[in-house]
Amino acid sequence: MSEQKVIEIEVLRYLPESDQAPRSEVYKVPFTDDMSVLQGAQYIKDHFDGSLTFRWSCRMAICGSCGMMINGIPKLSCETFIRDYYPNRITIEALANFPIEKDLVVDLSGFIEKLEAIQPYIIPKEPRTVEQGEYIQTPAQFAEYIQFTSCINCTLCYAACPQVGLNPEFIGPAAIALAHRYNMDSRDGGQAQRMELLASEDGVYNCSAVGYCSEVCPKHVDPGNAVNINKINAAKDYFLRFLSPKGGAK
Amino acid sequence: MKTRKRSNAPVFWGLFGAGGMLAALFGPMLVFITGVAVPLGLILPAGAMDYPKMLAFSQNFIGKGFIFAVISLFMWHAAHRIFHSLHEIGIHAGFGCKLLTYGVALVGTVVSAVVLLGIGF
Repeated sequence: MSEQKVIEIEVLRYLPESDQAPRSEVYKVPFTDDMSVLQGAQYIKDHFDGSLTFRWSCRMAICGSCGMMINGIPKLSCETFIRDYYPNRITIEALANFPIEKDLVVDLSGFIEKLEAIQPYIIPKEPRTVEQGEYIQTPAQFAEYIQFTSCINCTLCYAACPQVGLNPEFIGPAAIALAHRYNMDSRDGGQAQRMELLASEDGVYNCSAVGYCSEVCPKHVDPGNAVNINKINAAKDYFLRFLSPKGGAK
Repeated sequence: MKTRKRSNAPVFWGLFGAGGMLAALFGPMLVFITGVAVPLGLILPAGAMDYPKMLAFSQNFIGKGFIFAVISLFMWHAAHRIFHSLHEIGIHAGFGCKLLTYGVALVGTVVSAVVLLGIGF
């Protein structure tokens, strides 16, 4: 058998009961080639320090809970492998641009508020009864929004976005991508309501088209594209609202 | 739910976009003509941008419009870019920053309009 390989994992620790500020701690973790960074963190929790705190669930890049900064890049730790970093040290930190709750766990309440604010559900154009039956949607109508349904709310795009870092009020990539997903759905009639938010001072114009959000997205949602499409939509709404009978969004 | 103010960014973003489009289409060509081709007598004849010719160009309705668009929209494009770059390097977008960047573009627009109209038709 080959010799057991060991990697150094530097973890940004923060225990709110005892720490004034986050601090780094290094652990020497034995690993096999099939081990993810998440498994490395689990090894630390099981063998070195049971107080290490991090979120995880599915281990297969679908639940979106194990996002962290891995060597400064926002990634899902379950689909990032230790072998790709060996023999160098791996640094893991809580997701950037979020307040740290404990160790690698961040406070997502701001994100949840933004998510709620864009009304991420179908707002019917007119009330529909059960007797009217199901909605009919063509493959072309389906294709309009399907890409934007893939978001798993992992918030890697928020950790990547320099504008979220500068203005925490910015609605941000994932929430805008989801707003776009419902706006593009042929069953939906909530565009005007969502426009109020997208066209606001916390909306799409905070984006400076860096595009890093789309680069780090593990589900290829391309939130950057959704944001930029909605700059055009918000600009149209801004200028054409004077011509529209309802006056557009407020 | 918290009430949010509508952003007036579409105005500046629109001018930025228009300027960017013009800059991409004409910028390199203008740099080549005015900075390389004419001074060095490459491709174009050496007298291509002599005073009487340029005066006639700027007195023509289309020429006047072209010069105005190229000066004004390029400036709005640059102003927007500088304004946002300042924000990104940590100089935050107060009213002063806006005044400095968009203000310069506005002054450039007004001055070029006044001068171009002053040249006459």
